[in-house]
Amino acid sequence: MTTNILISGVGGQGTLLASRVLGKYAMLKNQDCKLSEIHGMSQRGGSVTTHVRIGERIHSPVVWEGGADIILAFEILESARVKHYLKEDGVLLVNEEVILPMPCITGAMQYPENLKEQLTSSVKKVVFIRAKELAMQAGSEKATNIVMLGSVCKLQGLDKAVMEQAVAECVPEKFRELNLKAFALGYEQV
Amino acid sequence: MKELTLTNKAIARGAYEAGVKVLSAYPGTPSTEIAENFAKMSGVYAEWAPNEKVAVEVALGASVAGARAMACMKHVGLNVAADPLFTASYTGVNGGLVIVVADDPGMHSSQNEQDSRYYARSAHVPMLEPSNASEAKEFVKLAYAWSEQFDTPVLIRETTRVAHSHGVIELCEREELPLKTYEKASNKYVMMPANAIKRHVVVEERDKALSEFVNTADINRAEYTSEEEIGVVCSGVVYEYVKEALPNVNVYKVGTVYPLPLDAIKAFAKRVKKLIVIEELEPYMEDALKAVGVACEGKSMFSLQGELSVLKIAQAFSGADAPKAEQVPPRPPVMCAGCPHRGVFYVLNKLKLTVNGDIGCYTLGAVAPLSAVDTCVCMGASVGMAHGFKKATDGESKNVAVIGDSTFLHSGVTGLINAVYNESGITLMILDNSTTGMTGHQQHPATGKNLMGEPAPIVLLDELCKACGVKDLQIVDAYDINAVETAVKKATASKEVSVIIAQRPCALLDKSKKPKVAVHDCKNCGKCMKLGCPAISRGEKGIVIDKTQCVGCEVCVAVCPFDCLKKESE
Ligand SMILES: Cc1ncc(C[n+]2csc(CCOP(=O)(O)OP(=O)(O)O)c2C)c(N)n1
Repeated sequence: MTTNILISGVGGQGTLLASRVLGKYAMLKNQDCKLSEIHGMSQRGGSVTTHVRIGERIHSPVVWEGGADIILAFEILESARVKHYLKEDGVLLVNEEVILPMPCITGAMQYPENLKEQLTSSVKKVVFIRAKELAMQAGSEKATNIVMLGSVCKLQGLDKAVMEQAVAECVPEKFRELNLKAFALGYEQV
Repeated sequence: MKELTLTNKAIARGAYEAGVKVLSAYPGTPSTEIAENFAKMSGVYAEWAPNEKVAVEVALGASVAGARAMACMKHVGLNVAADPLFTASYTGVNGGLVIVVADDPGMHSSQNEQDSRYYARSAHVPMLEPSNASEAKEFVKLAYAWSEQFDTPVLIRETTRVAHSHGVIELCEREELPLKTYEKASNKYVMMPANAIKRHVVVEERDKALSEFVNTADINRAEYTSEEEIGVVCSGVVYEYVKEALPNVNVYKVGTVYPLPLDAIKAFAKRVKKLIVIEELEPYMEDALKAVGVACEGKSMFSLQGELSVLKIAQAFSGADAPKAEQVPPRPPVMCAGCPHRGVFYVLNKLKLTVNGDIGCYTLGAVAPLSAVDTCVCMGASVGMAHGFKKATDGESKNVAVIGDSTFLHSGVTGLINAVYNESGITLMILDNSTTGMTGHQQHPATGKNLMGEPAPIVLLDELCKACGVKDLQIVDAYDINAVETAVKKATASKEVSVIIAQRPCALLDKSKKPKVAVHDCKNCGKCMKLGCPAISRGEKGIVIDKTQCVGCEVCVAVCPFDCLKKESE
């Protein structure tokens, strides 16, 4: 079985680390894995998406529209931007954070209202979490990505012990405790 | 040992295992991480060259001297390096020489989506195209073997989705190679007409030999299924897409996009009823096959633009609809909070100057609300185009050229020499943020460090400009927008070539903590909103400053007409 994961957010939100942890998880589980990320321009506060595919034998490094089992959206608007990547019965996991894009800051465009309601009505399975708050509870908002991973682990029925090991191996030693706490909070939340 | 690795790192690893001693590169997305990772290996030499032409020349020199060498660049970098490439094809090599070029279909981080495969064909240099990280590492090693066996530089082409994907690779030992002896061979290495005429014959013979050879090379292979109808020809990441989108079709996987294994593909074509070439960008393989009489389809089914995907390929065969994207406000990249470029563009916008821009983070000066850039074409073009504006308008145009420090050293300096020599009186602003920002903070000749992270001699930009003959030179602090404005007014008023160097390190590198800006009694005039700073937004009662983003550059303080913005300590 192949698991297709799409991670979307805003440059600087830590989406790359999230995909690296999932990649580590795949290696620890002795699975094939491909990740795809875009560097460069988008780092400067633009939309970023990274793709993770785990399974027996993976060919394409990118997930396609209608092909994701789960989407981890680090920001609400970004979840709306990529929700068409989800499979019919896929899960949309949304961090309830709002980051205004420049056209909305300048007033040239409106940040859509009622996004949460729209998502709930248009996607079969949506899960909202306040990952940033939970991360702060664990000790740092930088661990938002790890909170999200905790939730993914539960929602996708991934191997919890191995995921924790992957988290522990991917973060600096001194932040290990903090991140494992963040992971646990994300896990319990959903 | 197995490792999940970025393809660019796998390429660096392949070069390491192949015994490469010298690597020279200029950064460019999506190729940059090759040099960065190679520099971390032990017992090798790696450097940032000021541009791609120099990088290829360095690698060629190292090769002729007897070492295995590599040069890396993005697709447009190969335009800059095309000159040495075409003649290196004639000289051939001593130690193996591989040039890696990274194309960017879909233009994730580029100004065009040119297809580098044509370079291989017109320079008569073999080009290999891997599909994933593990192949990339193996192809690099093969490329060195072929380079030496056939006495030719070898190109490796990757695209963004290959370069920036991770796949599982198996690590091997490094092959330690002694330096080959260099023997003087002017007939081979001195390309003046009498010698080059003879070498061109050699190139053609090599081409013929390679064209034969690739038909039986392992990296070109047919994968037959029980189905007989359709055969697909593809290479690179498209192969991976095809394997998922059309698991039952016969596939011919091309590993050498130049020379193409034409005989082998002809044989494959005979075994299937319908042949379809699936490739991103140009109909490169399709045209080559049609030229030798192989009936096939390709671009009648697929676009010349952008990337392909599993879904696009599946759709082309099934006609099914793709799920539609929701229309939501775009989130374009923006200059970071505290970016030293911001104030400069605010001033240029305010003074209503035409701005010949260039490529780097400062290209973002083109987007709203700054909207200050009029042209952006290729690295270095700002200077030449500003000169052209002046010549076309008999010196009347109110324009300035704006260029970054890395880009100035890459190819802006030649434009400046031209402007001095041919007396156009342009104004050039060099935005010196002490780094190559856009591509992720690489060192360059004016930063004082080299790729290995060691201290390095500094090329002084002001002295360089003076040496080019610039007499009117001003240096300002990019955060001091009043000083910037004064300098621009003075420079544009003069009939001489003038240069303004606006200095201030990239905000992402400056770790010094400055007091943040606080709002007092905002009059809601909206002036500071014109800066397009991501730390400033409109709140219920006037503007709000996001403390987590503000770095205290105080450009907004200078812009506020009512003194409502102040340093936090005040
Ligand atoms: C020929 C070529 N090589 C490389 C690139 C990739 N590239 C784009 S901008 C840039 C350099 C930007 O550095 P700098 O001029 O210092 O400006 P900054 O981004 O720091 O503001 C590079 C290497 C390119 N577009 N064209």
